[in-house]
Amino acid sequence: MTDITPFTTHLLQSMQAFVPETALIVTFLLALAADLIWKKQRHISGYMALAGFIVTGFLLVQQQSVTGITFSGMLVIDHFGIFIKWVILLSAMLVVLFSFISGELHQAYTRLGEYYILIVGMVFGMFLLTGASNLVMIYLAIETMSISSYILSGYTKFVRRASEASMKYVIYGAVSSGVMVYGFSLLFGLTGSLQLHDIGAYLQQHSVDNLTLLMAGIMILAGFGYKISAVPFHYWTPDVYEGAPVTITALLSVASKAAGFAAMLRFFRLAFTAPFTAVDADWTVIGSIDWHFVLAVLAVLTMTLGNLVALWQSNMKRMLAYSSIAHAGYMLMAVAVLNDTGVAAILIYFFTYMIMNLGAFLIVQLVADKTGSEDLEAYSGLGYRSPLIGVALTVFLISLTGLPPTAGFIGKLYVFTSVISAGYVWLAIVGVLNSVVSLYYYVRVIRNMYLRDVESQGSKITFTPAVLALVLLLAVPTLILGIWFGPLVDWANLSMAITAFH
Amino acid sequence: MNFPILTWITFLPLAGMLAVLLVPKGKDEQGQELSKTIIRWIAAGTTFLQLVLAIILYFSYDTALAGVNDLKSFQFVEKVSWINAHLPMVGDINIEYFLGIDGLSVPMVLLTAIISFLAIFPSFGINKAVKGYFAMYLLLDLGMMGVFTALDFFLFYIFWELMLLPMYFLIGIWGGPRKEYAAIKFFIYTLVGSVFMLLVMIGLYHSTGTFNLVELMNQGNFMPGGIFSGTGTTLRLVAFMGLFIGFAIKVPVFPFHTWLPDAHVEAPTPISVILAGVLLKMGAYGMIRIAFPIFPDAFAYFQTLIAWIGMISIVYGAFCALGQHKVGKRDFKKLIAYSSVSHMGLVILGLASMRPEGITGAIFQMFNHGIITAMLFMIVGVIYDRAHTRGLDDFGGLAKKMPIYTGIMAVAFFAAIGLPGMSGFISEVLVFLGAFKTYPVLTVISGLSIVLGAAYMLWALQKIFFGQLPEKWQGPWDPTGRIYKTDDVNLREIVALVPLGVLVIFLGVYPNPVLNLMTGSVTQLIELMKPFIH
Repeated sequence: MTDITPFTTHLLQSMQAFVPETALIVTFLLALAADLIWKKQRHISGYMALAGFIVTGFLLVQQQSVTGITFSGMLVIDHFGIFIKWVILLSAMLVVLFSFISGELHQAYTRLGEYYILIVGMVFGMFLLTGASNLVMIYLAIETMSISSYILSGYTKFVRRASEASMKYVIYGAVSSGVMVYGFSLLFGLTGSLQLHDIGAYLQQHSVDNLTLLMAGIMILAGFGYKISAVPFHYWTPDVYEGAPVTITALLSVASKAAGFAAMLRFFRLAFTAPFTAVDADWTVIGSIDWHFVLAVLAVLTMTLGNLVALWQSNMKRMLAYSSIAHAGYMLMAVAVLNDTGVAAILIYFFTYMIMNLGAFLIVQLVADKTGSEDLEAYSGLGYRSPLIGVALTVFLISLTGLPPTAGFIGKLYVFTSVISAGYVWLAIVGVLNSVVSLYYYVRVIRNMYLRDVESQGSKITFTPAVLALVLLLAVPTLILGIWFGPLVDWANLSMAITAFH
Repeated sequence: MNFPILTWITFLPLAGMLAVLLVPKGKDEQGQELSKTIIRWIAAGTTFLQLVLAIILYFSYDTALAGVNDLKSFQFVEKVSWINAHLPMVGDINIEYFLGIDGLSVPMVLLTAIISFLAIFPSFGINKAVKGYFAMYLLLDLGMMGVFTALDFFLFYIFWELMLLPMYFLIGIWGGPRKEYAAIKFFIYTLVGSVFMLLVMIGLYHSTGTFNLVELMNQGNFMPGGIFSGTGTTLRLVAFMGLFIGFAIKVPVFPFHTWLPDAHVEAPTPISVILAGVLLKMGAYGMIRIAFPIFPDAFAYFQTLIAWIGMISIVYGAFCALGQHKVGKRDFKKLIAYSSVSHMGLVILGLASMRPEGITGAIFQMFNHGIITAMLFMIVGVIYDRAHTRGLDDFGGLAKKMPIYTGIMAVAFFAAIGLPGMSGFISEVLVFLGAFKTYPVLTVISGLSIVLGAAYMLWALQKIFFGQLPEKWQGPWDPTGRIYKTDDVNLREIVALVPLGVLVIFLGVYPNPVLNLMTGSVTQLIELMKPFIH
């Protein structure tokens, strides 16, 4: 009989590092039970979810100094993952808050109990994906978060376009994860391992068939590209973002993307670059495939297409969908440099992007609830009809454009800094020209709000103080981070090292 | 600690803006909107205080200290660490709140304060969304003043970008019929320029580890291996070109000038005044503060090209202004807008000469052009407010109807032509003196354009003031007598115009008060550039 003590000890140790995720599972179950017991309370599972997220947050704080490998290398706990987990957790909390005030969800002829529970499930999947360092784990995590998000995006099931969105999402999701698994199997066949760091070690010591490796890499990129909606894997994005409830669109555009970026960075760090690089140095790419270039091309395609197509949109949600594709492109620039500075830049960018993008979606939700339209025309004169909302949306849009003194500028500044210091001047030039293009469609909304319908001051739109407080909760940090960003940079700097195995 | 006068002068408009935003809505007994009046006077008070501070600054400025690339001889310096964060491979990001002035910036600070205050008076005529207007006006003022006082590149960039949004709104909300087009065109053109500036800023930071503009001028601070290290490398030439284009769009010089006529024509009068009076100067200021001294080797490489660009702008602008004589399409504002392109080309030519006379003349020309063009736009505003048209063909014989107005306008027009005894004359002569030594042929060609300038200006003057008064203007402007009691300029307009006119004549006779400010700094700048010029 074999001694299973080392295994159980490791398992128990792993469970200790797994507390935040465990808290999410408990939240999931408690919310489910609460929803069954207090049936009359529409939002009871939402309150439970929010409480659970707060507890998870506390547990994350406790983990701040932990770095470790758990479950036989399935999951990794490191500062990088924890930063991303914060982005996911904060955006999930905000989205739950948005859901409390969403008219769209209230009008939907469905119960809301499962809605909040599925959000918790989705966050759990994202947490797993953020730490996953094994090919199977990556796949399972992606499926966990995807299944929740498929249902959520069609949650208002009597709205035709929501059902359409959900359907499209399922089909595209199935195809791309199928392609990714195929890529995984090629990689497994080449290296004989599912562990990312073993794959990296094998590739470093043996030479493998380049074409197969390239194919495997690109197929896996298709899977990640689908999650972060990079061109040409972005086709689902506009339809799903337009069809899904605004709250879910907001969550998909930030949290789901963050998890996708985390998995992608971890994959490249562990499997395709050499583990032993000095601090403050470029990662050494294993093999002869120029991943820098592949990723740079992906970045250029993603931001250019996102921005150019956004120019033609007349629906706010659809426009923000394309804008989120463009933002994925900006961040891919920092992935393409494949070094720690790039990771820090992505972390900074994500934090700022979370605030400004959620802010913009919140206002889309508020305006849609009041005017019944997501069309750009619905924003005519908004700056006069509801001054605070107008100013806040202006701040968010300016920040999305990347102009100072807003948070978005800081994100762009660091992304371009990482790109330029790695010597990719051409990429930086494409990037800044793209942000000029983006100005045009963001300003179009500002134009409608302030330059059109100036005299429509009669029909004021008013909001409750709680709603306005929520708007300010996002607008004020957008401005503050624009002029005081030292702590954010320091935090990103502490978190940029993706644990490489020894 | 001394009184932080530069912080006050820069951020006073912000305080004014907050005050404006806090004014509650209210009407007095007669049903007049009291809040509008209060807002207007808050704005006037804020900018007046700013002007007072600028005058104090002027009198306590020590002309013996040079500045430019000498950290110790900057004056009224305020330096506080602002952002300090570490990043791998880039090093410590160290951004400072660093303000200070020298001879290159003092004239511009004065100009900004003068124009910002005087343009408040035509702003009193704005009746739509008054609160928003003055809030944006003061925010714009903050950005402009900040650009001229900042000595940290990052801070400079923030102020530079801060002006874009208020300007977009000021043109876009309170502008003319094609305001949306003009506003977005202005926004996009300027942003294209500034994103290149952003990249160069990041590159410079990567090469030196500092945003401090003064330290960036010291070639010894460039670390080996940085992307802009070395002299005359391709990347340095590209970077210089990026900066130059960014600033040239703002000046604007040919071929980046096409946003200017649109912006000027559509903008409301006071915003045209600020645009011509201050905003255009930022481009040229950016060149002498940033592009030239940080990349002297690249300047030397492109010197002749820059001189050519200056010359082409002078001639092209003058011809475009002349082209405004096509019957039916003659727009007074467009005429002045194109004359601005021509006159700012003169600044570029002066800078390209890299001679003491040329640079001094260029900076003085920036100052004078600011004053004179501000006057011209206010003058257009006066008749536009009354007649609601700017078509040159709609007028004639106004001299009899508006004698005082005619007098003021004659001063402004002769100053714009460069008549001796007016300030414009001195700066033009200085520019030509300097430029002739370096580029005799280009200077002669540019000099001929002065004749063109005289032609279009005199023609416009004659068209508006002499000849037959059209039938429709025979009666009083305002038969009810509520807005305009008399036909001639009213007190508010005189208060705005006369100080500018006095300044034009005074500096034309006795230019030393402004010239003395910059002599030391100009010499210092040339000493810095000299080793690189062949």
